Amino acid sequence: MSTHATGGGRAAALRRRLQPPRLPRPRLPRRDRGVLKKEEIVPWSLGDKIGLAAAWFCGLLLCAIAGAIVIYMLVRGLQYLSVQALFQHPVILSTTQSTGTAGGYLDPIEGTLILTALGTLIALPIGVGTAVWLSEYGRPAWLARAVESGVEIVAGTPTIVLAIFGLLVFTQGAFGFLSFTAEGGAVFGRSFFIAGIMMSLIAIPLIVGATREALQSIPAHVREASYALGKDKISTIRRVLLPASRKGIATGTTLGMGRIAGDTAIVVLLLGATPIEPQGDIPVLRVLQGTGSTLTSYVYNNSPAGEGNAPQKAYAAAFVLLILVIVMNFVVDLVSRRRSDPWAR
Amino acid sequence: MGPLKKPPPVRRIVVDEEPTIVEPPKRNGTTEAAKSGASGLLSAPRKREGKRGKVRERMRTDALGVAYAGKPAVKAVSLTVNQGEVLGLIGPSGCGKTTLLRSLNRLVDQTPTASRSGSILIDDQDVDLLDVTELRRQVGMVFQQPNPFPMSVFDNVAYGIRERGSRRPSRAALRPAVEEALDRAGLLEEVKDNLSHPALRLSGGQQQRLCIARSLAVNPEVLLLDEPCSALDPRSTSLIEELIMSLRSEIAIVIVTHNLQQAYRVADRVAFMYLGDLVEYGDADQVFGAPKAKRTREYVSGGFG
Repeated sequence: MSTHATGGGRAAALRRRLQPPRLPRPRLPRRDRGVLKKEEIVPWSLGDKIGLAAAWFCGLLLCAIAGAIVIYMLVRGLQYLSVQALFQHPVILSTTQSTGTAGGYLDPIEGTLILTALGTLIALPIGVGTAVWLSEYGRPAWLARAVESGVEIVAGTPTIVLAIFGLLVFTQGAFGFLSFTAEGGAVFGRSFFIAGIMMSLIAIPLIVGATREALQSIPAHVREASYALGKDKISTIRRVLLPASRKGIATGTTLGMGRIAGDTAIVVLLLGATPIEPQGDIPVLRVLQGTGSTLTSYVYNNSPAGEGNAPQKAYAAAFVLLILVIVMNFVVDLVSRRRSDPWAR
Repeated sequence: MGPLKKPPPVRRIVVDEEPTIVEPPKRNGTTEAAKSGASGLLSAPRKREGKRGKVRERMRTDALGVAYAGKPAVKAVSLTVNQGEVLGLIGPSGCGKTTLLRSLNRLVDQTPTASRSGSILIDDQDVDLLDVTELRRQVGMVFQQPNPFPMSVFDNVAYGIRERGSRRPSRAALRPAVEEALDRAGLLEEVKDNLSHPALRLSGGQQQRLCIARSLAVNPEVLLLDEPCSALDPRSTSLIEELIMSLRSEIAIVIVTHNLQQAYRVADRVAFMYLGDLVEYGDADQVFGAPKAKRTREYVSGGFG
């Protein structure tokens, strides 16, 4: 049956009048048929086709790159990774040793974990507090704008700049308790404490951003429902708003942890990139006051660009770092797992 | 006829045009005229059958005015809120119903640009002299969207009871009060086995009844309902209307609604707001059956709004 020849001459004439002849497309399906026949489907324009193809291509390319990174690191890493190396302290390199086989990377692994935990612990309360202030108080307006700009500036600062700034600040005498003071009174300015503080500056903007977004996505009537029960702002924030934005806080924290674990500049400048060398005698503090290294600085030092030039160890350590970050993200995601948006309707 | 019909003529919408109402035929005086004007409503089944019980004044507004940034939203409204009655606030959107409601528990204070004139009394005491926390415990509120907090059913109801401060009552101590509130809201049977489940997993109607239970848990004298059924299906709406009926003898209830049929079903007394003015305030039968003001007659007969 032809798709056009129903309805008689009058309807056809009316249709011709209603439909401008110069635009035969889109040919709409007729009401009484309901189902589109294949030839009635209007083909996409060339631009749309190219756009769709480009979108597909970009998505697949990113997938391929991510897969390539993981697979390549998996192959190279597993090739050189030995279980005992995970639990061995590194050996201070010297020209006489065969650097390729000696020592493990226990210290860098510990260092990464300590530094990430420390940086996150510092960043979390500051970041969440800033976000709550910005989202729930934010007065006076000029101060809120200033805080926002401040967070953005910190977010935009290269970590090497943060590192050199940290070195400048924390070698001042007043901060001697954070690292150790040499005999002449000079403050060393390199320790887990100091690196952790500067690392937290990387994570804070991410936590602020994610928390703030989560807080702002909570409808106003939820806050009002709490006020209407005779609750004040503080209890509302604590009992309703923060639990509701848990997911956002976790997202920001995950991003921050990944960035901290992945940063090299601050480690090299502010952590010393040495094996873990505690200072002083107070049990836990002595580690935090001392220097150490992370997997990133270990990879850097052992890569062909670094002084060690032991690429096998660099590959293996890089693989461990990758796994570590993936596991960390997974754990935080698991901890915060709730229905994604409680108010999504 | 072929498949294509001539399109209907375009009907222009004229902004600010006076609503044209066909004047009902005046045969046997005003009641007859009004009856034919609102015949659809008056034939609807009512929930508030029979006795109204003892009526006692709980709140009163006296020449209450609210303005947002100098622009008046509510102008010189004087009305009373009585226990034993349901007060329905009707009127088109943006005419001050919700603002009036929110000023009763001073929630308009949250809006930085809002200013208020006139006085609101609760049990003959000015609400401005009361601590706002105390006022809001006496005047509960339920919102248009069901908005349980992201915590368990139990914690939602207990939230209002739990005092701020160091001495936090235990779960066991709160349980009777929580169950009583859920029972009054008609939700206990449905949730008693999973009080610790997240409240956001309940259905929309259950969530709204949970919000009512949450308000009832602090034993308010007045309950404000801001279009509580507009996001709900007919069955949940019906349940909530039944609930309103069962609560009205203990609590003074104010309900804002866009749904005239609903106002007719549940309200004992009706206030019609139009562009911030209280146009008509009186017995529901009178407002729907024999409205005094022309605007009211037009509105309740579906002429505009």
